[in-house]
Amino acid sequence: MDAAVRELSYAQAIQEAMAIAMDMDERVFLMGEDIGVYGGAFQVTGDLVERYGTERVIDTPISELGGAGVAVGAAVTGMRPIFEFQFSDFATLGMEQIVNQAAKMRFMLGGEVSVPVVMRFPAGSGTGAAAQHSQSLEAWLGHVPGLKVIQPATPHDAKGMLLAAVADLDPVMIFEHKLLYKMKGHVPEGHYTVPIGKAEIRREGRDLTIVATSIMVQKALDAAAALEGEGIDIEVVDLRTIRPLDKQTVIDSVKKTSRLLCVYEAVKTLGIGAEVSALVAESEAFDYLDAPIVRLGGAETPIPYNPDLEKATVPQVPDIIAAARDLVKGVR
Amino acid sequence: MAGASKAVADTRANLPFVYRHYSPEQLREVLHKMYLIRRFEEGAEECYMRGLIHGTMHLSIGQEASAMGICMPLTEDDQITSTHRGHGHCIAKGAEVGRMFAEFFGKTTGYCKGRGGSMHIADVAKGNLGANGIVAGGIPIAVGAALSSKMMKTGKVVVSFFGDGANNEGAFHEALNMAAIWKLPVIFVCENNGYGMSTSTARSTAVKNIAERAAAYSMPGVIVNGNIFSEVAEASHKAVERARAGEGPTLIESKTYRHRGHSKSDRNRYRTKEEIEDWMANRDPITLFETELRDFGFIDDQGIQAIRDAVAREIADGIEFAKVSPSPEIATLQNYVYTEHA
Amino acid sequence: MPTEVILPKVDMDMATGQISRWFAEEGAKVKKGDVLFEIETDKAAMEIDAPASGTLRNVTGKERIDIPVGEPVAWIYADDEVYGDKQDEAPISHQVGEMSAKPIEWGAVPPTSHSFTPPSALLPTVGEVSQSPSAARATPLARRLAREAGLSIAGIKGSGPRGRVVRADVEAAVAAKGSTAPVQPTAEIAPPTSVEAPAPAAKPMSDDQVLKLFAEGSYELVPHDNMRKTIARRLVEAKSTIPHFYLTLDCELDALLALRTQLNAAAPMRKTDKGEVPAYKLSVNDMVIKAMAMALMAVPDANASWTDSAMVKHKHADVGVAVSIPGGLITPIIRHADEKTLSVISNEMKDLASRARSRKLKPEEYQGGTTAVSNLGMFGIKDFAAVINPPHATILAVGAGEERAVVKKGEIKIATVMSVTLSTDHRAVDGALGAELLGAFKRMVENPMGMLV
Repeated sequence: MDAAVRELSYAQAIQEAMAIAMDMDERVFLMGEDIGVYGGAFQVTGDLVERYGTERVIDTPISELGGAGVAVGAAVTGMRPIFEFQFSDFATLGMEQIVNQAAKMRFMLGGEVSVPVVMRFPAGSGTGAAAQHSQSLEAWLGHVPGLKVIQPATPHDAKGMLLAAVADLDPVMIFEHKLLYKMKGHVPEGHYTVPIGKAEIRREGRDLTIVATSIMVQKALDAAAALEGEGIDIEVVDLRTIRPLDKQTVIDSVKKTSRLLCVYEAVKTLGIGAEVSALVAESEAFDYLDAPIVRLGGAETPIPYNPDLEKATVPQVPDIIAAARDLVKGVR
Repeated sequence: MAGASKAVADTRANLPFVYRHYSPEQLREVLHKMYLIRRFEEGAEECYMRGLIHGTMHLSIGQEASAMGICMPLTEDDQITSTHRGHGHCIAKGAEVGRMFAEFFGKTTGYCKGRGGSMHIADVAKGNLGANGIVAGGIPIAVGAALSSKMMKTGKVVVSFFGDGANNEGAFHEALNMAAIWKLPVIFVCENNGYGMSTSTARSTAVKNIAERAAAYSMPGVIVNGNIFSEVAEASHKAVERARAGEGPTLIESKTYRHRGHSKSDRNRYRTKEEIEDWMANRDPITLFETELRDFGFIDDQGIQAIRDAVAREIADGIEFAKVSPSPEIATLQNYVYTEHA
Repeated sequence: MPTEVILPKVDMDMATGQISRWFAEEGAKVKKGDVLFEIETDKAAMEIDAPASGTLRNVTGKERIDIPVGEPVAWIYADDEVYGDKQDEAPISHQVGEMSAKPIEWGAVPPTSHSFTPPSALLPTVGEVSQSPSAARATPLARRLAREAGLSIAGIKGSGPRGRVVRADVEAAVAAKGSTAPVQPTAEIAPPTSVEAPAPAAKPMSDDQVLKLFAEGSYELVPHDNMRKTIARRLVEAKSTIPHFYLTLDCELDALLALRTQLNAAAPMRKTDKGEVPAYKLSVNDMVIKAMAMALMAVPDANASWTDSAMVKHKHADVGVAVSIPGGLITPIIRHADEKTLSVISNEMKDLASRARSRKLKPEEYQGGTTAVSNLGMFGIKDFAAVINPPHATILAVGAGEERAVVKKGEIKIATVMSVTLSTDHRAVDGALGAELLGAFKRMVENPMGMLV
């Protein structure tokens, strides 16, 4: 019974997934800045270097572009690298290799190669790390065909989706919200996978669909619980993957509830919320909408340093409650 | 060994490296391949001008000795990453010109099934991981391939071709550094043709010779005359030996010249007609190698004519193959974006 | 950028409002804080100040029409802002949609030889848009349901924001249609002959049905204003959802009247610009308010409001007082009447009634309350039953005080008697509880000294 309810933190779940992947497949190895004896900037790799050696847990120089390219090259030629960007913001330095090479190589070569690389991106605000270490850039990569982009929201999914990513033959970009690393939750032992490209209904409801990503999933659930007392019954869809999008789960949910609220931390404009809103508007769910679609996203500003400002930059539970209530009560 | 070959062999001791190291057949095949590259480029240029090929292309006419010399010591298992000016590398690594033309024509029989075109020409089966539209884009990938070789103990050596323009990209420096600290079996080959599009290396690069960059990463930096096949092949041979021995990477700067403009839209305003004509008349790599072969008695005029005729037929056949090959169905537009799971 | 002047939301649940009058006209210079216009909401008139200083332009908010909350009704151009010479182009009307709520800046910039002047045909004008048949606001779901039910969305009144038709509106319309139109026949129930649905008991007559009963020219049609609509809606709601229950008894007023005379005589004089006036002048109604408040304190179970999930038990008696005003009535509230002295209640009541008549009450002055008093005694009404004003559970209808013959210990005597009828919401206040409350009220009225302590 204890095993069934075993709890791990999100970071531990990722570490366990990487260890299992390395145990199962000798082609799997880790690369990144300070992931060896330091254990990774967020202690996600932890002591893996002691268990798997410096040959398989490789500290790279501070060379995001080169490191990403090395990972791509190794993936194309038979290895299964897992490359950790120290902060997702540093994706900007590796963008060439991610966007022009990893994403397109299979296509440009007419299907002659696959690029089974996994890249991990600690993302998001809330740590006081200010503008260059707090961004949520997943939509940037979500815009690139050839990449798969996932955002696990729970320790269970973090492990299962990482193992699915390692088994995937295409480049998978994992955005891990830094505030989730300490989140605890049930994580089964051993190997299991959680499918990429499949959203999860975290809570069923009939009055409103909230489509949320990453850390916003828990916030949406908290908001839903708070509104239960007001007789508002909310369905929370955890998108989990932003490319390829699980359109059907979203469409089906909106057809059921007739209302849609998108909640995500990244800057609101041109973000995943726009995509989800548009896919609903384009789908058969359009004729089921009984209220305008509403998005709650990050403010149109870089992430500020001051903690109050930082908090105000991204949607919080009261914001979700207010938006959800207004939608259901027909105020907007 | 035949008598003629024996007579040649007897005189080899004082000849340059390749004449000592490779058989006359191999060397005649090198001439054949150099002609094949030249005529391929000319054929592609003509097809382009006739409107049979769209987009643009970057011709390597004048750089044939560099491509052939570097690939000479490589096995079929060894791998290369190439550049936008990569047709020569592709042929040198063993590709068929018919499938290359087919790719340029956008046909399903092309190496990339019509998805890549000139700038992404590849031949994975022969170890060519692909040309690259991004300057220096292939350099870190080559280092990654070399990391695979080391981790999987396959013994493969990886060559990364790039131009002089790439030596000022960050990826070049990051990749060279990592290859050096991890002692990876990779050879960095800078084909310095003097110009990054219109900007000369004198105007773009702080060091006089790009090979000097090697010192910053504690690896040998070798300068060769890229238009002399033997010089290039010898440097490559040494670098391959060093890589296979686990001693790490080498940077080879192959100084050469492109006869044509950067791409099909180049008006050659940044260099003089005299300069171009001087290189074509006095330093053409094929003429230089052909003359050596004949002077050293490895081939006669008849043999040379036979090679030229054979190449002409191959090119004509290749273009015909491309013309009659089918174009991809529009319905397959999204194929190869992701790996298809059975 | 010019400043937008919107029709503000000034009342809970206010979706639309009417501008009853403008105090400034097109082109007028206004100062920030000046009163620009007056809004008539459901129950009150509210003055709206200018949000900026400058020149008032593009006044699109017409008087006496329903305007959705948040809609721009005019623009104020600062002195250094140039108003475009084509008035209908700049700024673009709100009715184009939310995205166009801000004026397009080029419209306000004087054209130069290099400036791009868009063809005016590209600019939708107010009239064009509002006249479009598809301009009715409705959610996609409402449109689909209406389509499926064979209803025109334009014929359905929207309850959503800005009059948007939502699912519930269509469902209501479908239900209404279903009850007057032939029922869709089904095989199990009836053969497909014309089976008339039974006439619904609660369905009011349509406008046409009513007008048909009168000769043309024999009447004048006066469109409802917001207050009339609100009164109608709330009374229908109250009378159809609250189970009313009525209790009547008589109170003798002589002691109360005597005390009133005594108290008024003792009122200190206060200096005003009209000379010295008494500090208060109690009416019988003021004393009824106080008595009702104290009765509720004595019978706290009756001081309640009904909700579906719980009984709301109030800790204070907030007494609403029905005030007749031109065009309707309104019920301002004397809050904590149980704690207030008679003179305070009296003066407060005078102020509220006077402002109610000029429609200057704030929403918080007439919303809520725990009970109400309606007094028609001044019209000589002997007794009547009042309609409860939710969320109250009770209302006291007060008749005229008149001299009547009463029998006391076998003798006929003359007394001043007032009949009162308590309406109770039977869900919250049962008969016995209501009787207890009314008894407490009677005791307070007949022993009025209790109101002084």
